[in-house]
Amino acid sequence: MEKRNLKKVDIIFDISECDYLAVLDKTILRDPDEVILDIIDSGLKGRGGAGFPTGLKWKFTKNEDSEIKYVICNADEGEPGTFKDREILDRVPEKVFTGMAICGFCIGAKEGYIYLRGEYNFLLEELKMKIDLFNKQIREKGLEFTIGIRSGSGAYICGEESALFESMEGYRGEPRNKPPYPTVAGYNWKPTVINNVETLVYVSMICRLGPDKFKELGTKDSRGSKVFSVSGDTPSAGIFELELGMPLNEFVEEFGDGDTKAVQVGGASGHCVPRKQFNETIIGFEGIPTGGSMMIFNSSRSMYNVLHDYLEFFTEESCGQCTPCRVGCQQLLKGIEAVKKGERKPAYLEELKKLALTMKVAAKCGLGQSVANPFNSIIDNFREEIIY
Amino acid sequence: MRLKYADNVIFRNYLKDQAKNMEQIALTIDNKKLTVEKGVTILQAARTIGIEIPTLCYFNLGDLQIENKPGGCRICVVEIEGRKNLAPACVTECATGMVVHTHNIRVLNARRTVLELILSDHPFDCLVCSKSGECELQSLAQKFGIREIHYQGEKSVYRKDTSPAIIRDIDKCIMCRRCEMMCNDFQTCGVLSAINRGFQSVVAPAFEMNLDHSTCTYCGQCVSVCPTGALTEQDHTRSVLNALADPTKTVVVQTAPAVRAALGEAFGLPAGSLVTGKMVAALRQLGFDYVFDTDFAADLTIMEEGSELLDRLTRHLKGDPHVKLPILTSCCPGWVNFFEHHFPEMIDIPSTAKSPQQMFGAVAKTYLADKIGLKRKDLVVVSIMPCLAKKYECTREEFSSDGNPDVDYALSTRELANLIKQANIGFTSLEDENFDDPMGESSGAAVIFGTTGGVIEAAVRTAYELHTGKELPKLDFEELRGLEFVRSATVDFDGLPIRIGIAHGLGNARKLLEEIKAGRSRYHAIEIMACPGGCIGGGGQPYTHGDINILKARQKAIYEEDKRKPLRKSHENPSIQRLYEEFLGTPLGEMSHHLLHTHYFDKTGEVIISE
Ligand SMILES: Cc1cc2nc3c(=O)[nH]c(=O)nc-3n(C[C@H](O)[C@H](O)[C@H](O)COP(=O)(O)O)c2cc1C
Ligand code: SF4
Ligand code: SF4
Ligand code: SF4
Ligand code: SF4
Repeated sequence: MEKRNLKKVDIIFDISECDYLAVLDKTILRDPDEVILDIIDSGLKGRGGAGFPTGLKWKFTKNEDSEIKYVICNADEGEPGTFKDREILDRVPEKVFTGMAICGFCIGAKEGYIYLRGEYNFLLEELKMKIDLFNKQIREKGLEFTIGIRSGSGAYICGEESALFESMEGYRGEPRNKPPYPTVAGYNWKPTVINNVETLVYVSMICRLGPDKFKELGTKDSRGSKVFSVSGDTPSAGIFELELGMPLNEFVEEFGDGDTKAVQVGGASGHCVPRKQFNETIIGFEGIPTGGSMMIFNSSRSMYNVLHDYLEFFTEESCGQCTPCRVGCQQLLKGIEAVKKGERKPAYLEELKKLALTMKVAAKCGLGQSVANPFNSIIDNFREEIIY
Repeated sequence: MRLKYADNVIFRNYLKDQAKNMEQIALTIDNKKLTVEKGVTILQAARTIGIEIPTLCYFNLGDLQIENKPGGCRICVVEIEGRKNLAPACVTECATGMVVHTHNIRVLNARRTVLELILSDHPFDCLVCSKSGECELQSLAQKFGIREIHYQGEKSVYRKDTSPAIIRDIDKCIMCRRCEMMCNDFQTCGVLSAINRGFQSVVAPAFEMNLDHSTCTYCGQCVSVCPTGALTEQDHTRSVLNALADPTKTVVVQTAPAVRAALGEAFGLPAGSLVTGKMVAALRQLGFDYVFDTDFAADLTIMEEGSELLDRLTRHLKGDPHVKLPILTSCCPGWVNFFEHHFPEMIDIPSTAKSPQQMFGAVAKTYLADKIGLKRKDLVVVSIMPCLAKKYECTREEFSSDGNPDVDYALSTRELANLIKQANIGFTSLEDENFDDPMGESSGAAVIFGTTGGVIEAAVRTAYELHTGKELPKLDFEELRGLEFVRSATVDFDGLPIRIGIAHGLGNARKLLEEIKAGRSRYHAIEIMACPGGCIGGGGQPYTHGDINILKARQKAIYEEDKRKPLRKSHENPSIQRLYEEFLGTPLGEMSHHLLHTHYFDKTGEVIISE
């Protein structure tokens, strides 16, 4: 498998390249299809977790025949241990706006919205001012595109794209059935591109420097770099932009405290990788993808507590709509409690793993589908800690 | 508050746009090849080749377009080759080349796990649950042969909510959202919706308040569609049995028109069987002292409501600017609750005539009590209704006198069926019997009160003849009949065109009300019924489990009974004529006004939306 060494880069937050209006000027002179081809060519995949190729998403939306289309920037950032989007919006919001405007130009949307996590409302005033200015500037360029901002309802599930649309429309934030996908029927049931904050920043970069520059970093399946939120048992918690495709052992060497026993890659809904797998684990779409969260656990941590916290989180944050997730999360939680207390035999864990796998294939959205990731990886690797 | 139904309209339009393209789709289901139109779901496609995929949250009232498919319960999941995850058959549209497995071992295991999860969070109350035998969850558990639940986490516990008409036992809620769809999309009442998150999610009024502090109309449509015992009617059979057992009480019963067209279903008779005579016989065997007919009171309603229509019309034609038109019917208490809650500024537009149930009660406790020489308090009036709103209606303060209600108890069709079963009466082999006098005689016009369009047709039959002094050339107004949600027709009153509107379902009523509010209504008279199909689809009727053909059969039966009746116009009912002669005087007269008319309240102040 193709590997890269751990390399810190400085693209996202680099303000020397922040002449966003110049990027915009240059881009809107081009043919939208060509711009989309560049994005496809760059290999950029969504940074919100699912990793869908951004250029394709735009192309599908552009191909939809509709007067009204939307661009949505997903800034709900609810995954525990993730705080990179907040940093981006705080430090380089114009890059995000530019990405949105380019998207609007490419797909033929006149309206864009930022869906901002409720807890980030302290950014709201400042962002609004900057958005007003940006809107004015692009209008002067003759680009018919306006950005608005919506404050989220404070639920993790509202980060899921279709739940986000429901929430924006004023309803309970609950995922919809798919298909139809957002590219066909998203916000207000109109064709919509929804991208993560970080994805949109890389779009600005690709438009400024060209796809080849972007492709210099990363691997065949994971082009470019990515912002990671490092937390847990680490002397250097914080935000780091790293080239994609590094092996986990190098990451642990750099950020661990010397006693790392496991890394939770991708937040609560991600995978738990134990020490013995560090060498063979690649951080990227070909290995273990992540929305950005890297939680480091050292040997003093109880993995039972870690799993218990995750399950409590899911039991509370499930939207409650579908049976596998609404009831299943709670059963997993109560299940490991019962095994810990000796009320049920350790073999019950096998039953629970099967339940988690059923949730993976039968739940309605990514939340319920991904509970098996932490559950099964922690049970498999730290079974003893769960039982005793 | 924003109602979900608006969104659904957008979604339906979206689907319609999609469907314009009438492409044919070829796919394989369980090794059988078939072709379907674009837009058809796997569930529908499988049905066409005889494969029944089990469902739970899915609900579809056929051509009425009342549909619930949140894809939430996940009982209907199937395997589609090439996809990692299973897909819900109820919402997944067929696509070209799809290869679907509806019952392979992977699917069966997932379904069983999902069902076990639902059951793991459900009280095992079946022995004493009023839905037992009708519960869709129970029958799935039976079908899947569930003998043990492998998961033993917690069960969610909620406060029980008891209102005059409906009991919410939400521990039994499986979050199918059917009630939410009915209450929001169809009725636009916005009472029930999903609240809380995660394991605590449940369907409830805002802030988990009780129904009686909400804008609930007690239409009971949520109860009609609830697959489990989470929503049921307030059961009054015990109180009725107690009254029957009390030697000091004389117990009178009245039966609403729609009951006779549905009661038979509870005893295995085909939908649409008319069981009027058997019902009377059964009620007599149960020990009711007098078996009367709400149809009698429906004729009385027509006398009052028809006269009111004519009165307003005449004044309007004379140029009186204060007269309110269109006149709206008022015989449906679900509808009355609706406008009191949602259109309080319009409470002076509906007719002031009481519903037949309450007219009956008022006359029974005065005229009848006198006639048989009893004091009001010794007379117990029970009504058998297709309706849950009537349970609330009879508790309204204005319908009582010195604390004694005009109607003491309203039982649903379902409760009556249970009573008959409890008493071990062989219903299907009963000989037909007739109603008692003097409140048992009725016309065909009264019978059709049971279906949408019936009240206004009955009113037209009488108003026409009273207005023109001529005999109607033809009694069947086909143009007023049917199941379309909003209908309109113009009836020629001997040169005077009377424009009539009809709506059933409160969401459809809302449309007509908005028109009136905006001053755009072209109607002289509008009939409104809260339930789909009118009372034949009432909240107290035997469960249809989404079978629209049952509603159609009931409707047909109602019109047949009308045809069969020797009397077909309310004003020709001799018992009604006698009642006016002996007791009431004239329609809209002083006595009638006192006993047969009511007034409405602005109820917006009664709603509590937070603790
Ligand atoms: C439960 C759940 C929560 C999610 N939360 C977020 C989020 O906070 N931010 C985000 O960008 N994407 C989130 N996603 C992913 C989005 O649904 C969507 O895939 C993403 O916004 C697309 O943007 P991208 O292609 O740029 O990654 C979430 C998905 C799920 C299932
Ligand atoms: S998987 Fe969980 S969050 Fe997603 S729709 Fe189902 S209940 Fe809601
Ligand atoms: S009775 Fe009617 S109005 Fe009340 S909650 Fe049920 S559906 Fe809604
Ligand atoms: S109350 Fe009944 S109809 Fe409503 S969601 Fe619960 S189970 Fe379904
Ligand atoms: S339509 Fe009939 S059953 Fe329904 S609420 Fe009105 S009166 Fe009751």
